[in-house]
Amino acid sequence: MENKSHIAYWKTNLKYLTILLAIWFLVSFVFGILLVDELNVIRMGGFKLGFWFAQQGSIYVFVILIFVYIRLMNNLDKKHNLND
Amino acid sequence: MDIQTWTWILVGITFALYIGIAIWSRAGSTKEFYVAGGGVSPLANGLATAADWMSAASFISMAGLISFNGYDGSVYLMGWTGGYVLLALLLAPYLRKFGKFTVPDFIGDRYYSNTARSVAVFCALLVSFTYVAGQMRGVGLVFSRFLEVDINTGVIIGMIIVLFYAVLGGMKGITYTQVAQYCVLIFAFMVPAIFISIQMTGNAIPQLGFGGADQNGVYLLDKLDGLHQQLGFAEYTSGSKSTLDVFFITAALMVGTAGLPHVIVRFFTVKKVSDARKSAGWALLFIAILYTTAPAIAVFARTNLIETVNNKEYVKMPRWFSSWEETELISFEDKNNDGRIQYLGDPVKNELTIDRDIMVLANPEIAKLPNWVIALVAAGGLAAALSTAAGLLLVISSSVSHDLIKKMIKPDISEKEELVVARLSAVVAVCVAGYFGINPPDFVAATVALAFGLAAASFFPAIILGIFNKKLNKQGAIAGMTVGILLMLFYMTKFKFDWFGGGTKEDWWFGISPEGFGTVAMITNFVIALVVSKFSPDPPEDVQELVENIRIPSGVSES
Repeated sequence: MENKSHIAYWKTNLKYLTILLAIWFLVSFVFGILLVDELNVIRMGGFKLGFWFAQQGSIYVFVILIFVYIRLMNNLDKKHNLND
Repeated sequence: MDIQTWTWILVGITFALYIGIAIWSRAGSTKEFYVAGGGVSPLANGLATAADWMSAASFISMAGLISFNGYDGSVYLMGWTGGYVLLALLLAPYLRKFGKFTVPDFIGDRYYSNTARSVAVFCALLVSFTYVAGQMRGVGLVFSRFLEVDINTGVIIGMIIVLFYAVLGGMKGITYTQVAQYCVLIFAFMVPAIFISIQMTGNAIPQLGFGGADQNGVYLLDKLDGLHQQLGFAEYTSGSKSTLDVFFITAALMVGTAGLPHVIVRFFTVKKVSDARKSAGWALLFIAILYTTAPAIAVFARTNLIETVNNKEYVKMPRWFSSWEETELISFEDKNNDGRIQYLGDPVKNELTIDRDIMVLANPEIAKLPNWVIALVAAGGLAAALSTAAGLLLVISSSVSHDLIKKMIKPDISEKEELVVARLSAVVAVCVAGYFGINPPDFVAATVALAFGLAAASFFPAIILGIFNKKLNKQGAIAGMTVGILLMLFYMTKFKFDWFGGGTKEDWWFGISPEGFGTVAMITNFVIALVVSKFSPDPPEDVQELVENIRIPSGVSES
């Protein structure tokens, strides 16, 4: 990297990616697929919870994840004086 | 007014709108033709990406697929939306910073090699052509059912419209027509869904409605599970596919989505890196509106269908039944000669065959909605098919004019000549797509789903490693992409077309279906790229600098 600021920027970015992608994996692959039968025992109104994660919940979380990332990165850009 | 008059009016208005936008947004330079001049706002790009992405398959087929597969249909819902998280976090911002025109551009420059560029061009063309043929077929299908014209005439009308705005406006024309097409398709998808949700559950929001209860206080999903059990179908809310296969298919669709050239290229059209992130967010939000409604429609349609037809007298079927029979998408065979329709899970006793593609198109009629709503669905289906077809055709034409001719065959071509070549290749691409739409080869249906596997097996690892591993060299990338795509092609042709000795479900490797095999091919690509790269020289210094450069948005001081 050219300078310390860039190294710090990239490291923070990688940290954000790890956390957000862990949540991404959790709601879809774990809740929606691997643990679907276990979660289906729990009910939320007319929905079985595992089924709800697979067909509704995971998608809502995906949208939220991207908007959280946009916010985090906009702040990070500001902190490092990057505005492209 | 009858359905057909309404359909002509609505289709006419929307087509006039698309042509008007095309005339207004003509492209004057190659930059406008390839990336709309690079000045599209994040919101407009989000809308355009959503329309680009949601094809005839999303609009027409997906709710039907879920309707017939229940929980197993979740792979499409999670797979086709989860990919946008990967796009927004791992690809779009960096590719925007790189700032060229096409995906092969990135592969060719990052791996300092025209061999890598050629492999990328080959993959881009393969993925895009398999995909586009299905779109033209979708256009023909809508025309033939709703306007009672010949399916081939429908394809030709669709070709002329796409030709008009793709050739004239390039990416600029496509972007702004896609914005309009998103509005048409989402309106057309939501209106019937809201109507039916109110009808069946009293809740105006379909996403909540399908978890609600009917007039008797029975939860809709429980009722459907009950009906399925009674008729001998698999339980709606649990699947029949193996967990491993569901896992691999979902992963392949997610990664494939993030690797599709016509989606990636949309992120080249915004001004700056932060706009690329923002437009990915908008795109997924707009996509999610349709994708969270589709499973609700699936449940409503399935329940409605069973209650309308099962054990009812054939002669008393409503009018939609016979009009779909004419298109041969519904067929009834009275096996026990009682004059009633028995719709059962047991194939020996079942008397009714329904093509899943008609669920969305027939749903408003089954629910007895007003004629203008039924006509709206036709206009929406056309918007979905045309917007995706245009995006794909642009990838095909820029692969030929920019990546092949400008970058490899004739580098001294002038800007004006390149623009002419780009337009000509768009014309040729439309004609080829139209040909496949009129004479669909058998493999189209099978390969559209597999296009994702091909994209996952080829582009995704090469792009990710290109950004996140600066030591990855051209030997590694070329070996990875080549092995990845060949492995995917081998598995797909072996089990789908019976090449290389063929095979049945029992012969699948680790029980993974061809649809899910993209994940295996992708992992193979990653491993081979990393290993080969380890044992060959590091990339040149300037390439490593390029990688560091694309990781960081440019700063105030630098620019």
